[in-house]
Amino acid sequence: MAERSFKAEVQHLKLGAGETFTGEGILAITKALLESGVGYVGGYQGAPISHLMDVLADAEELLTDLGVRFEANANEAAAAAMLAASVHYPIRGAVTFKGSVGVNVASDALANLASSGVTGGALVIVGEDYGEGSSIMQERTHAFAMKSQFWLLDPRPNLPSIVKSVSDGFDLSEATNTPVMLMVRIRSCHVTGSFECRDNRPPAFTVKDALANPRSDFARVVLPPMSYQHEQDKVKNRWPAAEAFIRNRQLNEVFGPEKAPVGIVLQGGMYNGVIRALHHLGLADIYGNSRIPLYVLNVTYPLVADEFLDFCKDKQSVLVVEEGQPEFIENQLSAYLYRARADVRLHGKDVLPMACEYTGAVMRDGIAAFLKAAAPDLLSDALRAPNTPPPALPDLSKTVPIRPPGFCTGCPERPIFAAMKLVEQELGKHQIAADIGCHLFASLPPFEIGGATMGYGLGPAANGAFDGGGEKRSVAIIGDGGFWHNGLSSSFTNMAFNKSDGVAIVVDNYYSAATGGQDVMSSRAQNRTKSTKNPISKALAGIGIGWVRQIDRTYDVAKMRDTIREALTTPEKGPKVIVASSECMLNRQRREKPLRAAAMKEGRRVDVPRFGVDEEVCTGDHACMRLSGCPSLSLKKLEDPLRDDPVASIDVTCVGCGNCGEVADAAILCPSFYRADVVHNAGRLETLLARWREGWRNYLIRRRAARQLDLGVAE
Amino acid sequence: MNAHPKPAELTVSTGIIKVAILAVGGQGGGVLTSWIEGLARANGFVAQATSVAGVAQRTGATVYYVEMAPAGPQMPVFSLMPAAGDVDVMITAEMMEAGRSIMRGFVTPDRTVLITSTHRALAVSEKMVPGDGIASSDEVMAAAGLAARRLIAADFEALAVASGAVISATLFGALAGSGALPFPRTAFEDAIRASGKGIEPSLRAFSAGFDAASAPAAPAPEAEAGTIPAPLATGPEALLREWQSLRAEIDALPAAAAEMALAGLRKVVDFQDLAYGREYLARLQSLATLDPGDGHLTREAAKYIANAMAYDDIIRVANAKTRPQRGPRIAREMRLKSGQLMRVTEFLHPRAEEIVSLMPAGIGARWQANPKRMALIDRLFNRGRRIRTDGIIGFSMLYLLAGAKGWRRRTLRHAQEMAHLHAWLDRVAAARPEVAIELLRNQRLIKGYSDTHARGQSKFARVMEGAALVEGREDAADWIRRLREAALQDEEGRALDGALQTVKSFT
Repeated sequence: MAERSFKAEVQHLKLGAGETFTGEGILAITKALLESGVGYVGGYQGAPISHLMDVLADAEELLTDLGVRFEANANEAAAAAMLAASVHYPIRGAVTFKGSVGVNVASDALANLASSGVTGGALVIVGEDYGEGSSIMQERTHAFAMKSQFWLLDPRPNLPSIVKSVSDGFDLSEATNTPVMLMVRIRSCHVTGSFECRDNRPPAFTVKDALANPRSDFARVVLPPMSYQHEQDKVKNRWPAAEAFIRNRQLNEVFGPEKAPVGIVLQGGMYNGVIRALHHLGLADIYGNSRIPLYVLNVTYPLVADEFLDFCKDKQSVLVVEEGQPEFIENQLSAYLYRARADVRLHGKDVLPMACEYTGAVMRDGIAAFLKAAAPDLLSDALRAPNTPPPALPDLSKTVPIRPPGFCTGCPERPIFAAMKLVEQELGKHQIAADIGCHLFASLPPFEIGGATMGYGLGPAANGAFDGGGEKRSVAIIGDGGFWHNGLSSSFTNMAFNKSDGVAIVVDNYYSAATGGQDVMSSRAQNRTKSTKNPISKALAGIGIGWVRQIDRTYDVAKMRDTIREALTTPEKGPKVIVASSECMLNRQRREKPLRAAAMKEGRRVDVPRFGVDEEVCTGDHACMRLSGCPSLSLKKLEDPLRDDPVASIDVTCVGCGNCGEVADAAILCPSFYRADVVHNAGRLETLLARWREGWRNYLIRRRAARQLDLGVAE
Repeated sequence: MNAHPKPAELTVSTGIIKVAILAVGGQGGGVLTSWIEGLARANGFVAQATSVAGVAQRTGATVYYVEMAPAGPQMPVFSLMPAAGDVDVMITAEMMEAGRSIMRGFVTPDRTVLITSTHRALAVSEKMVPGDGIASSDEVMAAAGLAARRLIAADFEALAVASGAVISATLFGALAGSGALPFPRTAFEDAIRASGKGIEPSLRAFSAGFDAASAPAAPAPEAEAGTIPAPLATGPEALLREWQSLRAEIDALPAAAAEMALAGLRKVVDFQDLAYGREYLARLQSLATLDPGDGHLTREAAKYIANAMAYDDIIRVANAKTRPQRGPRIAREMRLKSGQLMRVTEFLHPRAEEIVSLMPAGIGARWQANPKRMALIDRLFNRGRRIRTDGIIGFSMLYLLAGAKGWRRRTLRHAQEMAHLHAWLDRVAAARPEVAIELLRNQRLIKGYSDTHARGQSKFARVMEGAALVEGREDAADWIRRLREAALQDEEGRALDGALQTVKSFT
């Protein structure tokens, strides 16, 4: 089950008309789907919409009661393909994944869906992973909406607006036979707030009804000549219908005074930032009452030409606030102005940066620069020519270290990469391709293993050029999430079919861990509604890969190292796959901690391991750090004047995974580490034995004290 | 720190109070955010929180942000992210994160109350350095003093651990204690109660954080740690008398070196015996004659000769693992309660080199030169050994090894270490005082066990070679220092290669 449970929050999804919902954006979207009479939902997890999938999974009972089908899709392509149910049937469907990478994976299905057109409303909720906190390449989903003709919603980032955009989106989709994308940025997904609820609405026509009354119509099939008709239909019918709908339903909003020399056109998602910037410039109050007219594009594709030209009327200059690049909106709007021969100066990326998240300071400076050029009278003197220099502060950029994400305390992937580093020390550097998932942290210090990632499930495929082999073998790393997402077909059948001589390591941590611990096919958990416990090695055998090594405890660094060495040096031809399995420690702790606490309380025997370092034995060479990076393994400066360098030290957050001891042994580092097992509720025999042992130790210690000086040098 | 903060002073300026939190994944930043949000909503405010969840939360640095304003007929438009120069309260859950918040412009002297924990969660880049790579908290603290309107700094992590809670609770207490938000203490505590999980420890930690933030600055705990009394010597009467007389000889050394010499003497006597301590003092006294007078050279000699003489061999490790003080120390660290038992497992991995190093010097050297014999020993001994030092067999084994001190002086290892020591001290004795100090300090490069130790020796040798090239120059000491520092920068010695290149280019 997922890392975070929404069982409590799911109760809020049952709220009815007249009640107020307070919570996170993601949850509000779920509630809005239920209020809109959605018939099926699905998607694939990934920040920032992972929690949306988790909420849906936790709400499965409620969904079933309403007659809504929930599918935890195998990947984004599967999720997008599921929207096919809305092509022929009047069923509203919604799927969610992250943009732009999820949209990339889904693009085949999305393009076919957009060509066929829809009968029931089809909504794709895209979590736009852009700017601070993003884990992917910086691109825009906007381009996909344009190329396949999806209408793109970008609502103002508050709960009522986001909720409204869900129902607007379904209506727009049905009015125009076109699928709609609802784009929510990272912070909007996690923004909290309140909105007034409506009653949940069961779908008028369910997926079960559809199965009972199947339909087909070859005009919807993407085959010539229908595909040509689809294209004509897109531009001649669906597009004008969308323009009319957007105008009539006033999906875009205009704020501020009617008459002003300047105005700002902005994506809905930029609204709060623009208001705050105007507030700083003395041109808006905190409630959003602005002295500059604002044209808020809650729909960023298509752009409605006459609505925009109306806004520009009598204005000298207009600023376009559009985050990301290329500047599709600005270019389109300038074309509109040009075609209308309008005498309006259009600003945008000339005063705002072409690429980067529009944070508070960026927005304030950009809008100030626009106003300085276009309407300097509106700015106060102080803002026009600031004369108080900012305070001079010492430069900390050389002091403060970067803190990229890394493996958690006790992560089972750490020993895998420690073993790889040891093999690298023996056999030299290898060509290594990585995938998507927590294992990608291994490309950062201290391991620095793997130099490229080509996408989810594509790690071994990224080594395709090296499949023919050579002096050394190529290595690819892929997680269990990536394996089931796309890896089995795109990477492993590719290896098998091409008789690759390469090595692939499947990091199997029992979950789709990087996205929040969702179950996958090979998860060991019992899942009532999903099929789990399907071993990866069985799938590999199924596609004819013979050299497979299953390791069931990754913490055995020596075994890990020997297996990797064997894979790299065996004379056997063909793909060599190591499945390295140990449970994600974050999820394991979450699962085991309550059980352990209960056992302790009930008086059952519990053994809690933790590691420690003998300060006196540690010489402060930090060799262990370079094979670990564990947050609980840190450094400590000693009081001893004889010591120059800080020594290793393990804090109370250690979970006793064993990596420290295993690495110290396998890499022959040092004898400083020890493991202490604290036994709770020991039995009588065990206690007696322990007492004997203590007696013997004390006897020897006393014996030495009688013959030797004890200077109490160290404890 | 203010004893009597003025409440509600921030609400006047803009109507919106902005609170940013910078935390490291796993510190409970999300919980703290939801407490603040709940607090505001329960006390007649409207509030909005945002965060950047996702993969950055896996041990990375993450920002949480809350805005709040008194509820009224109109809903304010809240921003989704903090803006540079526009943050009222900045809470950072770690010292370097405070530095990061200052770098990002979130802390400004006109408005920001900065609440930071002074503890360190070291970044990987700091831990990897073979030398001391820990970033300077003092620099950040100095910048924080300049950047913040008010600075509240304490080790909120230690306070939290002492209360059995997470740092989010002590920071919430500090926020209450700071008076930066217009709510009474009870309202904060109610917010914790309303969240429903781990209430009691959180309230204890809250209280500790509150006191730390509202009390006048207490002396830093580090200051107290410096005054630990010297440990008492115990043992047979005759040996104690001899120890006292040996100790008294230190008084003849320059005053500046006395403390170091005592520490050094303790270390070598503990390592071997009183006779060995006498040798140590003899070496030290002979070098002290070269000291130009400030005692500086003698102090460095006291430090590094002790470290070189008390080398890290198996006997020393065995001794450390069977000390009477060790069991109680580990029990304390593991927070062993009465009625609980503890097992202790050591991870040892002897190689042929270690076995041979215990042989008599002559025989050992012959074996070491014979690869076949080394391979044989490796076959017999080279594997990981898990030894239970709470157990009778494991403890006895190490106890016996630790008792082999009498044998030590005959071993191959001892012969090698003494050869190293003599060659090194000869170089030191022949050098000008300021160069001698740097040559002494090069001993710092030799540390670790097995391969790490071998790498350290090779670095030492290369730095000493480089030193020989520059020794005639006026600025020799400075160059030797630079070479040593380069050698401590990375494991492979890349920086040292570069520094040696530079030295060779002008010599």
